[in-house]
Amino acid sequence: MDTGSGKLLSMRGIVKLFPGVRALDGIDLDVTAGEVHCLLGQNGAGKSTLIKVLSGAHQPDGGEIAWRGEPVRLPDPQAAMRLGIATIYQELDLVDGLSVAENIFLGHEHAHLGFSRRTEANRAAAALLKRLGHPEIRPTTDVGGLPAAGKQIVSMARALSHDVRLIIMDEPSAVLDQEEVQRLFRVIRDLTEEEVAVVYISHRLDEIRQIGTRVTVLKDGRTVATGLPVADTPTSEIIRLMTGRAIEYVFPPRGETTYAEPLLEVENLSRDGEFSGVSFQVRPGEVVGLAGLVGSGRSEILETIYGARAPGTGTVKVGGKRVRPGGVGAAVAAGIGLCPEERKSQALFLGEPVSRNIIAASLGRFARGGFVRLGAERRSAENLVRELDIRPSDVDREARTLSGGNQQKVVLARWLLRGCKVLLLDEPTRGVDIGARSEIYALIHRLAAGGLAVVVVSSEIEEVIGLSTRVLVISDGAVVLDGPAESIDEHRVLDLVLEGEVA
Amino acid sequence: MTTHETTAKPGSPPAPKPASRVTTVLSGPIGRNLGLVVALALLCVIGIVTAGDRFGSIENLTTILRLASVIGVVSVGMTFVIIGGGIDLSVGAIVALSSVWATTLATQKLATDFHWIVMVFTAILVGAGCGLVNGILIAYGRITAFIATLAMLAAARGLAEIISQKKTQIVRERGFVDFFGGDVAGIPVLVIIFALVAVTGWIVLNRTTFGRRTIAVGGNAEAARLAGMKVKRHTALLYVLLGVACGIAAVMLMARTTAGTSTHGSLYELDAIAAVVIGGTLLSGGRGTIVGTVFGVLIFTTLTNVFTLNNLDTSTQAVAKGAIIVVAVLIQRRFATRERT
Repeated sequence: MDTGSGKLLSMRGIVKLFPGVRALDGIDLDVTAGEVHCLLGQNGAGKSTLIKVLSGAHQPDGGEIAWRGEPVRLPDPQAAMRLGIATIYQELDLVDGLSVAENIFLGHEHAHLGFSRRTEANRAAAALLKRLGHPEIRPTTDVGGLPAAGKQIVSMARALSHDVRLIIMDEPSAVLDQEEVQRLFRVIRDLTEEEVAVVYISHRLDEIRQIGTRVTVLKDGRTVATGLPVADTPTSEIIRLMTGRAIEYVFPPRGETTYAEPLLEVENLSRDGEFSGVSFQVRPGEVVGLAGLVGSGRSEILETIYGARAPGTGTVKVGGKRVRPGGVGAAVAAGIGLCPEERKSQALFLGEPVSRNIIAASLGRFARGGFVRLGAERRSAENLVRELDIRPSDVDREARTLSGGNQQKVVLARWLLRGCKVLLLDEPTRGVDIGARSEIYALIHRLAAGGLAVVVVSSEIEEVIGLSTRVLVISDGAVVLDGPAESIDEHRVLDLVLEGEVA
Repeated sequence: MTTHETTAKPGSPPAPKPASRVTTVLSGPIGRNLGLVVALALLCVIGIVTAGDRFGSIENLTTILRLASVIGVVSVGMTFVIIGGGIDLSVGAIVALSSVWATTLATQKLATDFHWIVMVFTAILVGAGCGLVNGILIAYGRITAFIATLAMLAAARGLAEIISQKKTQIVRERGFVDFFGGDVAGIPVLVIIFALVAVTGWIVLNRTTFGRRTIAVGGNAEAARLAGMKVKRHTALLYVLLGVACGIAAVMLMARTTAGTSTHGSLYELDAIAAVVIGGTLLSGGRGTIVGTVFGVLIFTTLTNVFTLNNLDTSTQAVAKGAIIVVAVLIQRRFATRERT
């Protein structure tokens, strides 16, 4: 079919299903030898899942992969490695206790009769590091002592120690400073001259302009544009593609602006190295959205308000009363509830029935003399399941068997039952099916209309704007924009977030 | 702009594939315990076939239950700690320390108005104290449970040797031996105590907020913390609870052997953990059953009894025990892998 001349990799109609979500829903991607192919898309667009399919870590549920024109299967990471596909993950997969050389040759050590040949390995490692332009990294040093940039180079050296034809880099610049990024780019250019292809993932458009050859844009698990030449595609077009809706989410109409006394007051909240000088207020009935990239400090801000992290400076007040900082118990007692970012690892008891998950924050209320009142527990859980339309409507089902959207409703139900005043939502629709999103949105608005103060964090800008009455844009741990949602448009926020400029 | 039909109907995502019928039944509470009942029944059949009446007699069955009672009480406590995501290697040493502390006190106070109930309280208090130290080290000192209780294992056993000067101390309180060594309506008091502890354990685990919190803390500590539970305090309490169970076990052991010694409770940690695990409690925490633990204890004790009646040495018993543990864990893993998301 497509056995084009320099075509290295061709993916057609890749589908990947997770329980409750279509993570990939028909992805097309072509990579030619010697190019830097950039992958763009908002959080949740499917970039990470795609590279896991490509590196053999996930098995696709549909679609075809061809390597140099031949159809291939990638049942495991070793298979990808054999073809010459290497992946450098965001969280680097190095062993801290081993030396640089040992890490580079991990799994294919230089050895003779089971004894490692250290001198030989060190010499080969030194050669690789030199080729990467980093002769200053000594092969014998412990990897644990290297800075993030150094670790990345070691990861690349490991990739090059195999006969690699394609390197996938997942946000390599996230941990690097400006100068290190420039050095990384030099390395990438050298690689492409040797006809190695690079799939480069980044949120930063300016980087893609510098290093990229072509761009593929993903949205909601689909390819919305592929193989666009970087040089001829204006930024506005790329942003339009990233935000352009394949599906219209139904955002409920915003509530009336209220002038009641603020319920949640955050004043000058700071934590070293994470965020600083964050102040805002939320009135009852208001939904305040925090927009920003992963790592901008938005989740940390929420967790600090919730007491899960101790603030460096600043205060949090609920209903005018100061909340004792640094304790979840105090925050919960003051009426704050959190739906955390990682629902499965931070909020749910997956092996427990829905009813127990809902009751978890209000156990004391459902007990008499230490004994749980099973009847009352069941009735309350059943009422909430009905009220929030959690499906299937069976309170005895294990939480793990529910879809993402219904799991999120279970967590919301927990705080509704507890009767909190301030609700903090971190990525409320992550891993939630498109159809269920509108329901979650409607639910959030209903809660706000009932007099709650709601704070929403999301990496999906359309969600923050569509859902909130007021929007705060966070970049590098600082609030760079604060205004009513109707006066803010998505492109401006995306621009601020991507370019990281202070308005 | 791309247009396309909506493939997934809103609100009806592709349902996760349900497990096959057989595994569903087997992983349910009945199925899991059914396996244990079958195993125990099988052992009894082997016992009757190989040893006849010597196994089936009322005296022998009573002996099995009496033997099961002491380790049973420890195992019920251990079930809580393991469901709560922990482990305790020091239970045997705590039993030894509690026993010699109580007998030493009795020897010193032998004089006039010493009531044997003081021995009971002493043993339980010493057990609770050791558990509290474990709990504080683990929950607040952030030492992994394995290491903290390993340290307690060494220290408590050593302290027991110092206190008793490595001598066996005979329990001379007639009242103590008569009460705990006797029986009510033909049922040994030791067995009644075990039954009470097991029933209480079941109620606490399944009906109280304490039990709920234990499952929550062991199943997902981070989620428990973010739901506002006091995870550290609860973890510490679990070890105190197990310490109390060890104290009770020490009392029972003193009654059965009419002695307190620093060698009491040797290898109890292995027997208790093994009983809990083959009972179906997940070592990773968050799920477990008291009923399973009781069966685990009965299976091990019956096994020992059958082997002894057939004059098989303790070494062969140990090999058989090891094999049973491996098989039980392999079966358990079949359920555990199903749960990975």
